[in-house]
Amino acid sequence: MNGWLAGLAVLIPLAGAAVTLLAHGLPRAQTVLSLLFAAALLLDASLLMAAVWRDGMVVVQASAWDAPFGISLAVDTLGAVMTLIAAITGLACLAYATAEIDEGHRRAFFHPLSHVLLAGVCGSFVTGDLFNLYVWFEVLLIASFGLLVIGGTRAQTDGAVKYVALNLVATSLFLLATGLIYGLTGTLNMADLSRAVPRVENTGVLNAAAMLLLAAFGMKAAVFPLFFWLPASYHTPLVAVSAVFAGLLTKVGVYALIRTVTLIFTHDPEWINGVLLWTAGLTMLTGVLGAAAQNEWRRILSFHIVSQIGYMVMGLAIGTKLAIVGSVFYLVHHIVVKANLFLIAGVAQRLTGSMELKRSGGLYEAAPWLAILFFIPAFSLAGFPPLSGFWAKFIVIKAALDERSIAIAAAALVTGLLTIYSMTKIWGEAFWKPHPAGPVEETGAPRAMVVPIAALAACTIVIGLFAQPFLAVAERTAAELTDPSAYAAAVLGRLP
Amino acid sequence: MEPVLAILIGVLVAVAVWLMLSRNFVRLLLGFAMLGNAVNLSIFVAGRLTRAAPPLIADGAVAFEGAYANPLPQALVLTAIVIGFGLLAFALVLAWQAHVRLGTVLTDEMRIAEPLPEKKEPAS
Repeated sequence: MNGWLAGLAVLIPLAGAAVTLLAHGLPRAQTVLSLLFAAALLLDASLLMAAVWRDGMVVVQASAWDAPFGISLAVDTLGAVMTLIAAITGLACLAYATAEIDEGHRRAFFHPLSHVLLAGVCGSFVTGDLFNLYVWFEVLLIASFGLLVIGGTRAQTDGAVKYVALNLVATSLFLLATGLIYGLTGTLNMADLSRAVPRVENTGVLNAAAMLLLAAFGMKAAVFPLFFWLPASYHTPLVAVSAVFAGLLTKVGVYALIRTVTLIFTHDPEWINGVLLWTAGLTMLTGVLGAAAQNEWRRILSFHIVSQIGYMVMGLAIGTKLAIVGSVFYLVHHIVVKANLFLIAGVAQRLTGSMELKRSGGLYEAAPWLAILFFIPAFSLAGFPPLSGFWAKFIVIKAALDERSIAIAAAALVTGLLTIYSMTKIWGEAFWKPHPAGPVEETGAPRAMVVPIAALAACTIVIGLFAQPFLAVAERTAAELTDPSAYAAAVLGRLP
Repeated sequence: MEPVLAILIGVLVAVAVWLMLSRNFVRLLLGFAMLGNAVNLSIFVAGRLTRAAPPLIADGAVAFEGAYANPLPQALVLTAIVIGFGLLAFALVLAWQAHVRLGTVLTDEMRIAEPLPEKKEPAS
């Protein structure tokens, strides 16, 4: 029974893509079906999370081919949490999209592509096989290409060129690393790899393969110095699309980093963690400084994705249990907050007519409710207590200080301060300042836009005020991640 | 056989990197296609090469006997070829769209999504 829940996390969005494609000629039916499948995915992900929490890791051997010969689906707490949060974000953004997209966008296969994207994201979270992970990466990549250019403005074509170019490079590196690792160990099953990699004698080639893999995932996760595709493209597509991208895509890269570093490349932690720590610090600082120089809603937010990725990588790089708790907590908090901020940017554009802060303003008077809804994720992002971002930052920085990593803790604190600067800039320009073209009309926004935003803001508040259960999940995740032998035993079963 | 293939892969990667360093998006895509071939070959070699021993189980037997070719890399490479083809097809259409809509395929000249800061008027 539990096994089906893991399989369905991929099958439901794939079926959703097929069904919405078949309903292409029926606009209303397609929208309803799309939301139904997204809701079904959320239900399945919740049940999966409950099953993993109750019974431990869920492992499925596809077609009853025993590991390591077949493809294993292996869902530990981290996989289940990520699937759940992906399902929540997917549903919220699809609901928002029903009010945003027009007939042209719908005709460009918005709904089928969104479900393929979700299938790729969920597939990456449930798979236990390195090559299978590559395939899911490609599934979500090709769907994201399609979604990125829906609408077909010139800026989108421009952004897509950069996005496609760097992702093609990352894809090739990932595949090359997979080939090298297969050549060294003779296996691609991640559980089997966690046992085989420490036995590899040729550590030179192994480290080269590890670096290629980290570079590929780093590009996906948008870490320094591989992040340039992100601020070049994320502000161009539809708002719902950019919110899904902002919430989920880079985090798939972070997930893959966490998975491979904790499970597979445990042979030389000092070296890999050293590289990651430098990367994390520079990612945080360059991201937040880039944001400070921007004057457009979504470009500011895009640079903040980069800087926030730094915190997650920082937790991974420190590598203690507490640090990994912080990383996981950060991951969950960030997906909700960041997707929400992009959705709010969309509503703000609708009300004021522009995402350019110069040509925006007067929102506080016209839509005080939006100001409140913006305030929650924005100041959670900056790390104000008692919102979710405070706990996330607190744990990561505490872990750094425990390890006497003063420099990285200082970088994290400075980044937090500069984040406040960016958020107050948006607040001052878009909300307080009067609109340059006269007062904004109090038109309100469609309910389909406001409900997802309010729901995600509620998630942020709940995570912040009732942090204990979320911390318990993060602690169990960290306990599992720091003990890869348990993962291997669960997947490989009786094999020696 | 492995050294010959290793040299070939090296040459392909070198050519691919050279092409991908270009500002021209079409050349970058050609480089990606070559890099894809190099990567596929490397997976093929990583599975070890054998001569004239197809991975077929003889009639009546239940398992392989003696040496046989590794069938897995072929499956991996086949998957990778299909995916690479899909990505390249999309990217080529995108290059064409860039040519039509933006009037250029040189990435340096694509400044619509990220416009340069407006120049201030020199004080006269």
